[in-house]
Amino acid sequence: MSSDTHFTDFKSDKQPTWCPGCGDFGTMNGMMKALAETGNDPDNTFVVAGIGCSGKIGTYMHSYALHGVHGRALPVGTGVKLANPNLEVMVAGGDGDGYSIGVGHFIHAVRRNIDITYVVMDNRIYGLTKGQASPTSRQGFETATSPDGTVEPPVNPQALALAAGGTFIAQSFSSDSQRHTELVKQAVEHDGFGFVNVFSPCVTFNDVDTYDYFRDAIVDLDETDHDPGNYQAARDKIMDPSTEHIGILYQNEDSVPYSDREGIDENMADIPEGAPERADRLVREFY
Amino acid sequence: MEDDLNWAIGGEAGDGIDSTGKIFARALSRAGRHVFTSKDFASRIRGGYTAYKVRTSVDRVESVVDRLDVLIALTERTIDENLDELQEGSVVIYDGEQTTMADVEVPEGMIGLEVPLNSLAEEAGGAIMRNVVALGAASEVAGFPVEYLDEALVKRFGEKGEAIVANNREAARLGRDFVRKETDYSDEFSLETTDEDYVLLNGDEAIGMAAIAAGCRFYAGYPITPATDIMEYLTGRIEEFGGAVVQAEDELSAINMALGAARAGARAMTGTSGPGIDLMSETFGLVATSETPLVIANVMRSGPSTGMPTKQEQGDLNAMLYGGHGEIPRFVLAPTTIGECFDRTVEAFNLAEKYQIPVYLTADLALAVTEQTYSPERFDMESVEIDRGKVVDPDGVEEWLDEKGRFRAHAATEDGVSPRALPGTPDAAHMTTGLEHDELGRRTEEEDVRVEQVQKRQRKVETAREREDFDHREFGDPDADTLVISWGSNEGAMREALGMLEDRGIDVRFLSVPYIYPRPDLTDEVESAEDVIVVECNATGQFADLIEHDTLSRVQRVTKYTGVRFKADELANEIEAAIADERAPQEVKR
Ligand SMILES: Cc1ncc(C[n+]2csc(CCOP(=O)(O)OP(=O)(O)O)c2C)c(N)n1
Ligand code: SF4
Ligand SMILES: [Mg+2]
Repeated sequence: MSSDTHFTDFKSDKQPTWCPGCGDFGTMNGMMKALAETGNDPDNTFVVAGIGCSGKIGTYMHSYALHGVHGRALPVGTGVKLANPNLEVMVAGGDGDGYSIGVGHFIHAVRRNIDITYVVMDNRIYGLTKGQASPTSRQGFETATSPDGTVEPPVNPQALALAAGGTFIAQSFSSDSQRHTELVKQAVEHDGFGFVNVFSPCVTFNDVDTYDYFRDAIVDLDETDHDPGNYQAARDKIMDPSTEHIGILYQNEDSVPYSDREGIDENMADIPEGAPERADRLVREFY
Repeated sequence: MEDDLNWAIGGEAGDGIDSTGKIFARALSRAGRHVFTSKDFASRIRGGYTAYKVRTSVDRVESVVDRLDVLIALTERTIDENLDELQEGSVVIYDGEQTTMADVEVPEGMIGLEVPLNSLAEEAGGAIMRNVVALGAASEVAGFPVEYLDEALVKRFGEKGEAIVANNREAARLGRDFVRKETDYSDEFSLETTDEDYVLLNGDEAIGMAAIAAGCRFYAGYPITPATDIMEYLTGRIEEFGGAVVQAEDELSAINMALGAARAGARAMTGTSGPGIDLMSETFGLVATSETPLVIANVMRSGPSTGMPTKQEQGDLNAMLYGGHGEIPRFVLAPTTIGECFDRTVEAFNLAEKYQIPVYLTADLALAVTEQTYSPERFDMESVEIDRGKVVDPDGVEEWLDEKGRFRAHAATEDGVSPRALPGTPDAAHMTTGLEHDELGRRTEEEDVRVEQVQKRQRKVETAREREDFDHREFGDPDADTLVISWGSNEGAMREALGMLEDRGIDVRFLSVPYIYPRPDLTDEVESAEDVIVVECNATGQFADLIEHDTLSRVQRVTKYTGVRFKADELANEIEAAIADERAPQEVKR
């Protein structure tokens, strides 16, 4: 780990093919800055990317990385982190990836409180498959698969996380670069599951949740008297979906990550010393 | 086998059948006798019935037979369930004082032995020990000194304190004494003991123990019969070897966690049974294209769907060979005995890492839940070799960098195996993806790169075929006209059947195959035999299909996998070339 890592060290030489203006540019930049500013470098960082426009992040960033199966990024991140706690593990994917096909894993990763960072690039749409409703699309949203508007109300990811025992729940906006970077950084530094839902507008398929909309609607919790350590206050804010908050909604300062509870602290990449010979006593157990 | 004894205890689920049976099996094993156990989980009549059966001999026992010499019947229906197996002279021990057993009628020719199990247990300190009273009685019937039960009782109850152990010993003796003094039973059996020291274990335990010996440090799984025993075995033990077991939320997660751990560099494993294999097949292709070493244990049970969860079947062979969309290189190993579960598990970890490929390690239910005795030397840890394949150390990175200093994690090498840099290795950071990718692990759809990567992944299988010894075992008469081939747990029963066939004047050459893919070439053996019979526990003969496939070699293959469809002129040319081609038909892919 070197202190002079620059965020561009996390950039690959592959040019992003995201549509010009896509929110994912800003989301990714903030992630790279957060990694660099927390003293990480590409060789000790593992990025797990979901499937979607958002999932392309694995290709545009430079680090150890896996771009896996739709919806399963969190279990991969969990395995990486448990097997080598020295790695900085960042998982990123879309709202469909995380809250639809992968929502089961989301709840359980939160509940386990694995010490990783999870960035959801939430554009409230399926971008890669060209504009179908996502679990965070507003009710009544018109898409190719819901020409008369969706009938389901959107999920509330922060509420899911809080109910599952989340210890760090935040939201940011990709075009507010400084604030977004800061929040991802805090998630990285958090001892446990650092969850950041990022408003990351899709300029091609979502004409409701636009930059203008977010600029207008956003309330920064830093400009209120919100105390992220206050569970009741966090719950009240989270259960009020009419306001688009950014900032840390909830943080449990007493968070104990899974690996600490399980006593996992070694890099498992090595074969444990003398494993075969020491296993001899396992044979004797069968007498 | 003169000294052969078939013994069972049966009752309702919750009667402690399993643990009681295991005490008896362990006692026999400690007495230097070989043991082979089997379990009836579910009834032929209605649910709830369960039995634990033990076959014992001073010689090795490799299978079960349709015969019971001594039966402890805790319920009336235990007798009904076993009518086919009980025979002239069989002894049935039951508690006639129980109202539910009051009008038990032991069939003609069999010996019914009424033992007041409950009353005697209460005399020893509590009704809960009635099964141990029964063990004492059964030992006396079998001519097996009750003292041999003591060690097994300590193993079972030691944690509960000395008083409990002492009560149980007493209970066993009361059972013995009752048979000796209060019944007119006279010895029919006498079980010889020897000085041999045996260990007693099942297939799941052999797999778990081998995984630890092979340096596996990460296991993720979701509970499912009959694979759960692997996870339960590892829990509490793998930690002492610096590892961890995670109970995942489902099998989709389990395989992805194991994949993540393997990408981080750990020897990793997941395990499941049929329904879980279906879920895992979602990620199976990713494991293969990302070239991640992973061992997936599939302990087979009866399918399809939820099927018969506690029953034997070898029905997943096709699912393991062909499961997952697209074309996925893989290995499939299928140990045929509990001892071999150990060997093949160790080998699975080596193969996974040497070829950076998913390895299915499959046992069937009969192997997984059967306990068998072995000499402890059978599990020789000194002989366990660990080969991690092409892991590059920091000094080796440079050799694998491209002109821009990027690590070529999927370099299309001659043998198909690429260098593997574990995360944390300086200057080797790289990505990989389930999308088709180039040497650097980045997405591509370029035709020549696609073809190169498909071929390099496939080449690993060819390399393994050349370098590894994917062999079979042979038994019986090598010159016999009849050839029998089997896979999985059938080996033991088939070996014993060879002797029975010989008595009937039928000579058989028997091949037992532990490697399903890649597998040994049996063309010569098949062609030189008059009758070829494939034995397996499924309805359609999945392995038989493979044997037929392997020995038929007429078909030439015109293939294309660039991502572009065939064009008419191209096809005309290819077909013409194929006809003109003097080559023998393409070698069969085994
Ligand atoms: C199992 C499976 N089902 C469907 C798809 C097709 N698919 C690819 S991305 C995607 C949704 C992407 O939406 P989101 O996660 O919000 O990502 P975005 O593109 O908006 O960034 C779908 C349905 C797939 N790749 N795998
Ligand atoms: S489709 Fe939407 S989400 Fe995808 S790259 Fe374009 S703007 Fe971004
Ligand atoms: Mg989306």
